[in-house]
Amino acid sequence: MTTTHTLAVEHLTLGYADRVVIDSLDLAVPPGRITAIVGANACGKSTLLRSMSRLLAPRGGHVLLDGKQVHRLPAKQLARTLGLLPQAPTAPEGITVADLVGRGRNPHQRVFSRWSSEDDAAVAAALDATQTAELADRSVDELSGGQRQRVWIAMALAQQTDLLLLDEPTTFLDVSHQVEVLDLLTDLNLTRGTTIVMVLHDLNLAARYADHLVALAGGRLYAAGEPAQVLTQECVRTVFGLESQVITDPTSGKPLMLPIGRHHVTTGAQTGVGVSVGG
Amino acid sequence: MTQLATPVVPDVAVVRRPARVRLLWFLVALALLLAFMTASVAFGSRTVGWSDILAAFGGADETMEQAAVTKRIPRTLLAVCVGAALGLAGAVMQGVTRNPLGDPSILGVSMGASLAVVTAMVTFGLSTATGYIWAAILGAAIAAVFVYAVGSLGRGGATPLKLALAGAATSAAFTSLISALVLGRNDVAGGFRSWQIGGVGGATYDSIRQVLPFLGVGFVICLLSARALNSLALGDDLAAGLGERVALVRGIAGLGSVLLCGAATAVAGPIGFVGLVVPHVCRMLVGLDHRWLLPFSALLGASLLTAADVVGRVVARPAEIDVGIVTALIGAPFFIYIVRRQKVRQL
Amino acid sequence: MSTTTLEAVTRGRVRRTRRRHVVLTVLTLGIVAAFAVSLMAGRTFYPPADVLAVIAGENVPGATFTVGTLRLPRAVLAALAGACFGLGGVTFQTMLRNPLASPDIIGISSGASAAAAFAIVTLQLDEVGVSVFAIVAGLAVALVIYTLSFKDGVAGARLVLIGIGIAAMLDSLTAYVLSQAAEWDLQAAMRWLTGSLNGATWQETVPVAVAMTVLVPLLLSQTRNLAMMQMGDDTAAALGVRVERTRILVIVAAVGLIAFATAATGPIAFVAFLAGPIAARIVGPAGSLLVPAALVGSLLVLAADFIGQFAFDTRYPVGVVTGVLGAPYLIYLLIRTNRAGGSL
Repeated sequence: MTTTHTLAVEHLTLGYADRVVIDSLDLAVPPGRITAIVGANACGKSTLLRSMSRLLAPRGGHVLLDGKQVHRLPAKQLARTLGLLPQAPTAPEGITVADLVGRGRNPHQRVFSRWSSEDDAAVAAALDATQTAELADRSVDELSGGQRQRVWIAMALAQQTDLLLLDEPTTFLDVSHQVEVLDLLTDLNLTRGTTIVMVLHDLNLAARYADHLVALAGGRLYAAGEPAQVLTQECVRTVFGLESQVITDPTSGKPLMLPIGRHHVTTGAQTGVGVSVGG
Repeated sequence: MTQLATPVVPDVAVVRRPARVRLLWFLVALALLLAFMTASVAFGSRTVGWSDILAAFGGADETMEQAAVTKRIPRTLLAVCVGAALGLAGAVMQGVTRNPLGDPSILGVSMGASLAVVTAMVTFGLSTATGYIWAAILGAAIAAVFVYAVGSLGRGGATPLKLALAGAATSAAFTSLISALVLGRNDVAGGFRSWQIGGVGGATYDSIRQVLPFLGVGFVICLLSARALNSLALGDDLAAGLGERVALVRGIAGLGSVLLCGAATAVAGPIGFVGLVVPHVCRMLVGLDHRWLLPFSALLGASLLTAADVVGRVVARPAEIDVGIVTALIGAPFFIYIVRRQKVRQL
Repeated sequence: MSTTTLEAVTRGRVRRTRRRHVVLTVLTLGIVAAFAVSLMAGRTFYPPADVLAVIAGENVPGATFTVGTLRLPRAVLAALAGACFGLGGVTFQTMLRNPLASPDIIGISSGASAAAAFAIVTLQLDEVGVSVFAIVAGLAVALVIYTLSFKDGVAGARLVLIGIGIAAMLDSLTAYVLSQAAEWDLQAAMRWLTGSLNGATWQETVPVAVAMTVLVPLLLSQTRNLAMMQMGDDTAAALGVRVERTRILVIVAAVGLIAFATAATGPIAFVAFLAGPIAARIVGPAGSLLVPAALVGSLLVLAADFIGQFAFDTRYPVGVVTGVLGAPYLIYLLIRTNRAGGSL
């Protein structure tokens, strides 16, 4: 994958019925990097992602892929460049892993075209990349949460897109599977140069795995940039309404956010604001 | 023990009603019932005058008009009894299953009763009204247990959706079996047809007299369960914590409703939606306390069925629309309205 | 990319395709066999030679009437109607991602049937008029159900329940229309309430065949899109499917097929509901269920009609047979889905 596509949003306004969820947002996704979007619940992260993959029409502004408006592009052509893994996708009952991954080839197939060896190759490559090859004949229903998520990512990979958008890929997974999935995405980014944009609810994992961290608050962009720059006490306070201390994670060298509540706060905690410290 | 769905608190603004208001509604309902009963005797597919009505009450039977009125009196009485039974049975079913969609026809109980009656008619050659009633009650009980069992399987216990689906499937199964049984027998088919749609047209004093004891016992059992149903509404665990023996209550109340439903179906055929609509309206007027809700449902059920019968006789003169059709046409939109009001996760 | 993975993937796909082809072939042979038996067997048995002669247009004494006029249109209608119901049913079940959301359970068949009964009994229209009534009613019911169940998006549970309510209403309307008929004809009632092939002639069969030549290709052209939509609207859109357009096309085609078939035979109970799940069990989870469900539907109706006619002393209409067999399967499916904690 040598071509890099640029994805950006300009003065984007999104809403449902009478609610405005995203208000005049400008954002450029750095190509070939991993971008993570964080923010409080219902701040519009998923809505933004859905709009970037054309599932939601903007009320104002544009979503631009390589400078062209996404909503003007034919559906299948877009699907060959940009892949989306939505929240909680549903697999048809009883479907095998290989078949599900094979569904990802849809954008490359014409209406009456047959399955080709190229399609088989793409599926096999996707299975290998996600280390799900040995699961190929198993039913998706039987898999663990982490395995199932890897299979969905394999399906998105079989699409062979340069851009991959993931809406909360780690929610509902236990911690080992969360790390498994994020490591896989990092592999993809490093080996294939896939641009990855993901919405994450875990701030610390986002800070660790992202090259570019985007924080949304109240439907607007609060900050965007390198995690070390974006993840500050002030940011956590504004975006999440939470007092915290931000240190450098000794295991990864990335910023680590430590939440500070009303209890279990040591005297050494640096809060920066007058919080009564007590056990 | 099977777990029922978590209780649904209806979004009725005021849940408690002062006794005075309840009493008022009660009197209104009573007056309404008397009005409908009068209308039922006075109006119908044939126009009659007041003199005819008074004469018929006196026992005279000479003119066509007087004969018509004479036939309407037992018909009205039957409509009142059956309506009360169905209204009460529905309220109890909704309380026992904590399911806003509870109704003898939706839960397949009416069809179970029907199938039992047809089987008794065709296979066992039963022909007495009392025989039918016993058969119907048995059929109703079997259907109730079966639908409840099927609907309770799996996650979430007996949710309204699962119960309704189990009921619909079971009704469909029974309907097919009834068709299969009836088709072979031309002698049965004719009388079966009008009974199948659900009507009080063939009412006689005899049939009323035979069904009354069953209805009476059913009424008593149901009304006595009122307080226990109040506790049950809080959820099985809380109810047990309050000292109710949950399974016993459910069994007894269920028995009462099955008695009512079976007897009503035996004598008037499967009539749907009365048990669904009436308790909801009653809840809006007198609140959630079953000690008021149950008798009021009986009263309102009687009114509804009597009114539906009058409508059926008047709207399509000189033909009649059977009351089961009228209740379906009114009740189904109400059913849809209730479904729409529920939040999805409560379904 | 390792070659073993590629081999495994190719092998798996080939295996599943082979299974599918075997099943389709067996189903087709089954249909041909059932068709042939329907033509040959009956009160009088006609050997294959006679049957073929009649089909070829020759005049064989006795056989021409029985086989050509009575049995042939009936068998053809059985096969075609079965295919229509099967296709309609599996389409709805796939689109709504719920085996219980079959058109005969959520009231679409009831609507078509009520309209057809009304058109025939009260308005006394001809075949074309009846079919038109049925399809308009079917589409109207579909629209009403969709609109009523739409409250911040469509929830499966709500749709199914509302469909059940509407079905109850329409069924009672049908019963009313029938009770108002000049003479109470149990046969007619059975036809409109459970579906029957009695008295089937070419007049009923031809509209169904014509409708199928238009609607079936339309439906099949959306096969791949439907497969994508099984994974949810968002995933399907992400894979390049135009979701709304597909949905409308597919629903119109499915309702059309069901309406035309219902206008000819009445709502043959449970075929639309059963064909899809049965096809899924025998074809396996991969691949489109459209063609298999159509074949299963045809076979079901042919077999059920034969059983209804000759297995018992009384002649039962096909709808009663499918009803008696189908309802327990529905309950079994409910039990199985509930027990597995499935999505309803």
